[in-house]
Amino acid sequence: MTMLQYFDQTFKPRAAQGDACIENVSRRSILGGMLGATGLVLSVRFAPADAREKLKLYPTGADAMPNKWVADPKVFVAIAPNGEVTIVAHRAEMGTGIRTSLPAVVADEMEADWSRVKLTQAPGDEPRYGNQDTDGSRSMRHFIQAMRTTGAAMRQMLETAAAAKWGVEVSRCRAKNHQVVLLDESKKETGKTLGFGDLAIAAMALPVPPQETLLYKTADEFTLIGKGEFQITDLHDITTGKARYGADVRLPGMKFAVMARPPVLGGKIKKYDASGALKVPGVEAVFEIDGVYKVPRVFGILGGIAVVANSTYAAIKGREALDIEWEDGPNADYESVAFDKEMSKTAAEAGKVIRNQGDPDAAFANAKQVFSADYHAKHLVQAPMEPLVAIARIANGKAEVWAPVQSPYGARKDLAENLKMPIEDVTVHVTLLGGGFGRKSKWDYMVEAALVSQKLGGAPLLMQWTREDDIRHSFYHTVSVERIEAAIDEGGKVTGWRHRTVAPSIVSTFKADNGYSFPIEYGMGFVNTPFDIPNVRCENGKAMAHTRIGWYRSVSTIPHVFAVQSAVGELADKLGRDPKDFLLELIGPDRKLDPKALGFPDDFWNFGDPYESFPIDTARLKNVIRIAAEKAGWGRSMPEREGLGIAAHCAWSSYVATVVHAKIDSDGTIRVPEVTTAVDCGLYVNPERIRSQLEGAAVMGMSNALYSGITFKGGAVEQSNFTDYDVVRMSNYPKAVSVHIVDAPHGTHSGGIGEPGIAPMMAALGNAVFAASKKRIRSIPAGEKIA
Amino acid sequence: MPNVSVNGEKRDFAGDPNMPLLWFIRDELNLTGTKFGCGAGVCGACTVHLDGVAVRSCQTSVGDAAGKSVTTIEGLSPDGDHPVQKAWRRLSVPQCGFCQAGQIMQAASLLAKNRAPTDEEIAEDMSGNICRCGCYQRIHQAVRLAGGGV
Repeated sequence: MTMLQYFDQTFKPRAAQGDACIENVSRRSILGGMLGATGLVLSVRFAPADAREKLKLYPTGADAMPNKWVADPKVFVAIAPNGEVTIVAHRAEMGTGIRTSLPAVVADEMEADWSRVKLTQAPGDEPRYGNQDTDGSRSMRHFIQAMRTTGAAMRQMLETAAAAKWGVEVSRCRAKNHQVVLLDESKKETGKTLGFGDLAIAAMALPVPPQETLLYKTADEFTLIGKGEFQITDLHDITTGKARYGADVRLPGMKFAVMARPPVLGGKIKKYDASGALKVPGVEAVFEIDGVYKVPRVFGILGGIAVVANSTYAAIKGREALDIEWEDGPNADYESVAFDKEMSKTAAEAGKVIRNQGDPDAAFANAKQVFSADYHAKHLVQAPMEPLVAIARIANGKAEVWAPVQSPYGARKDLAENLKMPIEDVTVHVTLLGGGFGRKSKWDYMVEAALVSQKLGGAPLLMQWTREDDIRHSFYHTVSVERIEAAIDEGGKVTGWRHRTVAPSIVSTFKADNGYSFPIEYGMGFVNTPFDIPNVRCENGKAMAHTRIGWYRSVSTIPHVFAVQSAVGELADKLGRDPKDFLLELIGPDRKLDPKALGFPDDFWNFGDPYESFPIDTARLKNVIRIAAEKAGWGRSMPEREGLGIAAHCAWSSYVATVVHAKIDSDGTIRVPEVTTAVDCGLYVNPERIRSQLEGAAVMGMSNALYSGITFKGGAVEQSNFTDYDVVRMSNYPKAVSVHIVDAPHGTHSGGIGEPGIAPMMAALGNAVFAASKKRIRSIPAGEKIA
Repeated sequence: MPNVSVNGEKRDFAGDPNMPLLWFIRDELNLTGTKFGCGAGVCGACTVHLDGVAVRSCQTSVGDAAGKSVTTIEGLSPDGDHPVQKAWRRLSVPQCGFCQAGQIMQAASLLAKNRAPTDEEIAEDMSGNICRCGCYQRIHQAVRLAGGGV
């Protein structure tokens, strides 16, 4: 087999029912390696001129986000007289491809030639661009309509400008591939054209047409959206080392700093001796920075001692030479082993009722059999490959901060407050993010850098977090015990379902902690389990936070969906049923769930989206389950010590089903030769990046399930680096991940992609390990070997 | 005074010879393509070539590199068209991209000594390079593709 054949077979996008098919011409282009400057590979087709349609915008969660959304070509698009189009990327790039995908939506709608489009990264400025919190798998969900509207308005302005130049009706002007074409009375092309560059000034001087007058492209007119493949804009720079991440910002006279932070949350400096640090060549200053000790801390800095030097190396050496005595404060008793036991006890008792449907007590009282299991999960830390870093400079009354940040505007507001400067005088520049996974939504590292710079009179300063800092001072994914109980009648039907979740809440970071979770956590696969079971109760047991709890890619779906989908596997085994058939049966008939009838809480959180726009549709969930099962060859006989496991959920308004093929080596090592995932995320933009996100979700899901765990002792994190915070490496990774994207009917609202793939991977892996070994994972991380 | 050749250019360094090559490259030479990931030699983000062989620059001191030739991602190929770089682009390997310079340097070093590594050899040689985005499948494919010539 030649390399290209190998590539062809292994990398070929496998199409699910009418999936985005790459046409032959595109395949040849890829294989020929003759990619253009931007690597655009697609087959362009044009629909008839009357194919465009009006679009009634559907409400999304963007309406409820701070500063909502903006769809204005004068904000997002610039056209140079030479025709070069610049489109603003206002969301942060951390690996999802969004910096490329959202501008591509604008380019497609406005009929720009993608090879003549440049991108520019927006600074933190939400009043101008709309919400910029790049998390919650929201960017495409919340902005595809805004970007389509921006592009459609720009196209119409270009056509209007051309009509004025030619002195014809605008209906005879049609934007097409970076120019406007003049049509004759019968709508045939005359051959007369005006380039976008020729029309730029006139078009930009026109008022932006109201949304309801705009004509949008129909599905068959798209040139980029859902069609073929296009490369991310930073691809070439990434492969040559030119891509600029946080620490790559260089300012004249820049100093380098690190901080020594309290090992226990809320800890303070009792005393310290800086003399050793000051003797380290290159160290210029050592001083104390006050932390935020009042509760809730929100993203307040931890405080500690800053070591400022002329190189990162000298700063690190200086910190090593510090002699600090800490006062640990109220969290010094936090011990993970004891806390897990405490949570188990809580999970065994009735908790606060969050959802109640039917009469679960009666169902359990009348049950023929009762199933019950506890699922334990440790804390996780995001650990993006790029440790936290920020660069700050204050000069002439203006502060500038550069950082890899998911929420640049939130950061800017907080920086202004901390620096006691008006927000207009603070600029936040967004670099590329070397991964984020939720950690870089919390901007404590930026405030730290700015305050240290301010203490130095505004000197340009790079504050570098080491990996140890990153592992020990995060906002951790919560620790949890999930108890699942099922009542089973004589016919083997599940008649009652009880799910009790016990986990310190993210809300403790923002409000006084009362030990209970909040609607956002409940909405992540806890109250909205889409099963056709008549009696359901979801309860929440109390657990107080003793460290900073924050979100980590996939957030509470990790414990909830891992537990629910593992329990489904356990029940199938107990009842002698096929796990896939049993899962489909539990989901029941095709329907859109009625939250009221099912006893969902009144404040049910639907991933931030209005339920009427994004209802939970069991037909779509069952469809991805069937596709994943079919593509994975579900039901085939497996060799000894090998097995298939399945799991699925609806989350972030997308539907994901995953089948894992697990193989247990003779020494017990768990291997994953294959992962098959089907996803229905509605209208999608770049199938190539959807596949890469789900390939990555398989890896991170395997890390979460087998390798990664954070534990506390004496209130401090026990782990320090990738030596003891283990993640999947190439020595054992999910080998062949195939992703099947459902071509949903046109008009299906776009769902999220960054997060929904993780939890099904974890549960499917647990179920596959069971199928291969009869050993059940109920505690994660389970370790690489199964005993 | 250590004298190190970086990407073919002689560089003097008057500072502490124990300084890891990583910080010399990044902070003194402003070659920022080489990344800081762990500082402990366990993630591979800082991988460079020392006399053509992949090393972790966070675990190699400037003194260790004295009289030797260092190649960073910026110097791997004058036009960015090393077969590994081309394969990486052809398969759209990167997600966030932060670890990729290290991955590419590791892969280039592997292929320089073994043009047709087996799957096991690829996995073993690349297992010191972590990718949190989880690009391993494509990294593996790209190493094979580059080995076959792009």
